[in-house]
Amino acid sequence: MKARKDEFPILTRQRLVYLDTAASSLTPKRVIDKMNEYYGEYPVNVHRGVYALSHRATEQYTNARETIAEFIGADFNEVVFTRGASSALNLVALTYGAQHLKPGDEVIVSELEHHSHVLPWQQIAKKTGAKLIYVPLSKEGRITTEAFKTVLTDKTKIVALTHVSNVMGYVTPLEEIILLAHEKGAIVSVDAAQSAPHMPLDVKTLDADFLAFSGHKMCGPTGIGVLYGKRELLDQLEPLEYGGDMNDNVEKDTGTWKDTPYKFETGTPPIAEAIGLAEAIHYLTSIGFDTVRNHEHTLFKRALEGLKKIPGITVYNESADTGIVNFNIEGVHPHDAVSFFDGEHVALRAGHHCAQLLIKWLDVPATLRASFYIYNDEADVDAFLDVVKRARDFFTSIGF
Amino acid sequence: MHQLENLYRQIIMDHYKNPRNKGLKEDESYVTARIKNPSCGDDVTIQTKAEDGVVKDVRHEGSGCSICCSSASVLSVRMKNQTVEDALGLVDDYLKMIIDKNTAINEQLDDALAYQGVRDFPARVKCATIAWKAFAETLKKG
Repeated sequence: MKARKDEFPILTRQRLVYLDTAASSLTPKRVIDKMNEYYGEYPVNVHRGVYALSHRATEQYTNARETIAEFIGADFNEVVFTRGASSALNLVALTYGAQHLKPGDEVIVSELEHHSHVLPWQQIAKKTGAKLIYVPLSKEGRITTEAFKTVLTDKTKIVALTHVSNVMGYVTPLEEIILLAHEKGAIVSVDAAQSAPHMPLDVKTLDADFLAFSGHKMCGPTGIGVLYGKRELLDQLEPLEYGGDMNDNVEKDTGTWKDTPYKFETGTPPIAEAIGLAEAIHYLTSIGFDTVRNHEHTLFKRALEGLKKIPGITVYNESADTGIVNFNIEGVHPHDAVSFFDGEHVALRAGHHCAQLLIKWLDVPATLRASFYIYNDEADVDAFLDVVKRARDFFTSIGF
Repeated sequence: MHQLENLYRQIIMDHYKNPRNKGLKEDESYVTARIKNPSCGDDVTIQTKAEDGVVKDVRHEGSGCSICCSSASVLSVRMKNQTVEDALGLVDDYLKMIIDKNTAINEQLDDALAYQGVRDFPARVKCATIAWKAFAETLKKG
């Protein structure tokens, strides 16, 4: 496919090789326009007003949920809007985890998880007396079905794993893992923040019990994310927050709640953001998720080939399945390196990428990460490689 | 790249490659403070020994980028034999030099003047300041 540079205002405004999509993607004009349309033409609350404008806002907001449900193969009522993947994953731990875990129960997680899929379980485990069990990673740093089998026991109640690692770009073999987990009666929470933007996704085929992703990593706005949950699971959960809109009947001493998903959505929702996310999904669907995935992986392979030709570069994920390359320049701390990249208008990420457990597993202080998306092309990869080369020369020349 | 070359002037590279006063002391007369920058992994511990209102020794340990590590070393040299009051004043002047483009620069910062260039790299301000902030903490604790 041809890179979609013209559709992203920031790319027409300044020289920028943007390789930090794994943190946040850029926003296409049609998503910005769609959100402006809300603020310009019907900027009112949903579910409340009995007037035409509010009706239009409610209709657009409802359509957005429909679009998202269709996108992941879920039912309308199984889509809960959240602030992002982090708050969606927290919701699972703080409701399902808190309500079900008992002392001695086990929760399987991995060192590939983003902090937002480890810390909530860590805290709930502490409170309930459950135990966190880590899947041993393979030599490459992958979660394999074989390794998963070695930690799955009758005590396993919850499996919390990432679909795609945000640092290594590996796809977890979730279909097999979920099947095995279900045989033991465990439920599976999936962090899809790095898969939903990049590949076809179907929660029913996957048979995930809970699944979360964010808008801002898939051409949508910040401040919106989605929690998918199987209807029968969501129905049995208590709300996490109480207030307006989520209630059904309010008495002095008690109240009752609306049905799923509304009982989880108190207060005025992020209306423009939900509408914007739906527009982003229309946009990505029009390109096709297979096309998106192939495009990114082609760019990854070009980057990998180029990096291998530059002396003094270590790549930590040569077999990545997606468009993420994780590397270091020998002897140069990533934060030193990234200033060089910045000066050349190449934006990439340096640090631990909200995955300190993996950085510790790799046994390095930090790494550099470049991630590719639909607006990147071969010229971006070549510019990136050129800057890597010059960065290395520069730091060598000043005595690193 | 001229700016970046300026930033990595010789002083910085010298202290990065050959840090002075590195390594902590097991000595209770030292006051310790540790600051981490969780977003990038910089992690600095500063130990200060002050007697009669005068800084007698500054030690440092930690890991991080060249700006972070070298600034701890430069600090440890510059602060030796300063009064606590002057030392805190120098920390203030250093932080202002890095954060506020409009401030007049205190030439008495000596080698630490090398970090002036950090102003042009707002993303690196944290790297250059955590050792100095940890040092100020040790003085305030002590």
